[in-house]
Amino acid sequence: MTTATLDTLGRLESEAIHIFREVAGEFDRPVILFSGGKDSTLLLHLAIKAFYPAPVPFPLLHVDTGHNFDEVIEFRDRVVAQHGLRLEVAKVQDWIDDGRLQERPDGTRNPLQTVPLLDTITAHKFDAVFGGGRRDEERARAKERIFSLRTAFGQWDPKRQRPELWNLYNGRHRPGEHVRVFPLSNWTELDVWNYIEREGVELPDIYYAHEREVFLRDGMWLAEGPWGTAREGETLVRKTVRYRTVGDGSCTGAVESDAADIHAVIAEVAASRLTERGATRADDRLSEAAMEDRKREGYF
Amino acid sequence: MSDLLRLATAGSVDDGKSTLVGRLLYDTKSVLADTLDAVHRASADRGLATPDLSLLVDGLRSEREQGITIDVAYRYFATPKRSFVLADTPGHVQYTRNTVTGASTAQLAVLLVDARKGVIEQTRRHAAVLALLGVPRLVLAVNKIDLVDYDEVTFSRIAKEFTAHATALGYTEDAVVEIPVSALAGDNVVEKSANTPWYSGPTLLEHLETVPVEPDPHDAPFRFPVQYVIRPRTAEHLDYRGYAGLVAAGTVKPGDEIVVLPSGRRSTVTKIDTADGELAEAAAGQSVTLLLADDIDISRGDLISVAGNEPKVTDELDATLCWLAEKPLRAGARVLVKHGTRTVQAMVTELRDRFDEQRLSSVDSPATLELNEIGRVALRLAEEVPLDDYSFSRRTGSFLVIDASDGSTLAAGLVGAPLPLLENGVESCTEGGENAAPDTHALVSPGP
Repeated sequence: MTTATLDTLGRLESEAIHIFREVAGEFDRPVILFSGGKDSTLLLHLAIKAFYPAPVPFPLLHVDTGHNFDEVIEFRDRVVAQHGLRLEVAKVQDWIDDGRLQERPDGTRNPLQTVPLLDTITAHKFDAVFGGGRRDEERARAKERIFSLRTAFGQWDPKRQRPELWNLYNGRHRPGEHVRVFPLSNWTELDVWNYIEREGVELPDIYYAHEREVFLRDGMWLAEGPWGTAREGETLVRKTVRYRTVGDGSCTGAVESDAADIHAVIAEVAASRLTERGATRADDRLSEAAMEDRKREGYF
Repeated sequence: MSDLLRLATAGSVDDGKSTLVGRLLYDTKSVLADTLDAVHRASADRGLATPDLSLLVDGLRSEREQGITIDVAYRYFATPKRSFVLADTPGHVQYTRNTVTGASTAQLAVLLVDARKGVIEQTRRHAAVLALLGVPRLVLAVNKIDLVDYDEVTFSRIAKEFTAHATALGYTEDAVVEIPVSALAGDNVVEKSANTPWYSGPTLLEHLETVPVEPDPHDAPFRFPVQYVIRPRTAEHLDYRGYAGLVAAGTVKPGDEIVVLPSGRRSTVTKIDTADGELAEAAAGQSVTLLLADDIDISRGDLISVAGNEPKVTDELDATLCWLAEKPLRAGARVLVKHGTRTVQAMVTELRDRFDEQRLSSVDSPATLELNEIGRVALRLAEEVPLDDYSFSRRTGSFLVIDASDGSTLAAGLVGAPLPLLENGVESCTEGGENAAPDTHALVSPGP
């Protein structure tokens, strides 16, 4: 007897759908972290497929640093409206305004997301939080489980993580604890792009080549925005660029690229000699163990 | 040929496993320039003359400080022939549970030994765990072959000893391959080595690229644990009621007669739905939604099976446990069992035996099962559950044992006695007995 065998993308999709359904079956208040970036957009696409033809049974949460690209926020709101989803926004600015957080001297707000995220999880009693993290992104993430238990303080202890056997996920947690869930764990950056092409998933325009005023800092092309502009000795220049990742504008760099459509992006990613985060994220370059430290504190 | 191979690595501390994995990533050009720069810098900081490839994979600060690997890490690399998902499992004795984790989904395992030490206790333990978990194929990488001057006799002796051990565990000879390598120098990992002219076999990567991958058997009886009931209750889909899940075994087509377990109610599949449209057939590994002809009561935790070839439904269970918790298991323990999509209360009524992986024999009626120990137990379940043997299906024959109080995973459970040794109870000896014959190979039945 012959049956269609699943290719790599088919297996990854099937695994992600299985994970979404396990969480829907076992948790009371799951939420999907959704920024409008490519990984969270892919996450939402898979969630929609998992529950078709019913609506996605989870709300979305965006931890908004205020350092956003306008195109991404427009895209976020359009997608939410199009699918009739509920979006909760936790604004870092609100935490700064009432004194719970202080602006950092370097102006970067990525590390400031942790407290608003944990406060919002607690306030809404979210017990499962879907993130778009992939194990191929970074060494500390390579050891992340698909179901990752967090303490009431949102902390991740690598030695307390449960063994993950077969495709049986153990999501049990005590009151106040929650589980971070990573359906894209086994995807690589190239898998993500190949799947986006195959499924025709729409992304914000900034992932494709466009002209933008940028300046060079620490070897990365940064755009100007609410987070600041070129300092002395740095000059704004107009370049054709695109983004490989989208995060806080103050520390997310663009790459010089002519890849204006999905085919060109896939060709570029396949040939790239730099990792996605190494190329574009200043926050991961801080130290050898930067990501491990932030994860322990409750960052994704 | 399959375009994806899931593999696991296993080996003792200092066998050079991280270096081997680093070498595979490095030589397949899966390491990008910025990562490589970081490794070069870190190696120079440590005063090393050549880049330490283990730094590519030892991710956590605590393990870089101690120079050991303490948790399963997943690596992704690809060649034009195949994509690989590699579970890199640590070799520390107290972390054998990670080997179980990595092996539970692996289609092949690479076991490392140090050519100077040969097959040691850990090698035998790991091979037994891999056999128990049903990893279909093994590779023995005889590492640090440069440190024994590329000696053929040393390699042959180790290969022969390992083959005998693997055969005793139920592997056929063509399921086991031994390769002389030096992860540090790169011999026979990706590039064929000029230093081992006496070795005519494939390099490690060549073997990984070409080894047959056992597909999910299509002729197996259909099994479908129900994860979630999809009821849109929208104007467009007012009466839609679909059962969402991942096909665990076999195939299903519209028109197939099914039985819902444990209730035993029967119906017929009318439609296999996905977001991309209806399917004419779904096979093991696919996430789909089933619609049935009859409006019967089905919820999460139920198993949909082909009618006529069903698993047994029982509240008594003989199982093999790999005990993964610090606190030991004793008879009378109350636990939770998660099987498929159902979690039930359970009691361990008896510890039948403990597997002695050194002697390949079993110890009857042990008082406890300690961390990293494997043994057969009897369980009584609070309700009836449909169970297949692990030797029938790694998906429907497996379960977790969970601590009801703190939620931690206590054990990996396998329905039945998947390791032929345990099943046959060869050469049983009493607790603490030292006189069992070390060589029990001849007593072992053929593989699973």
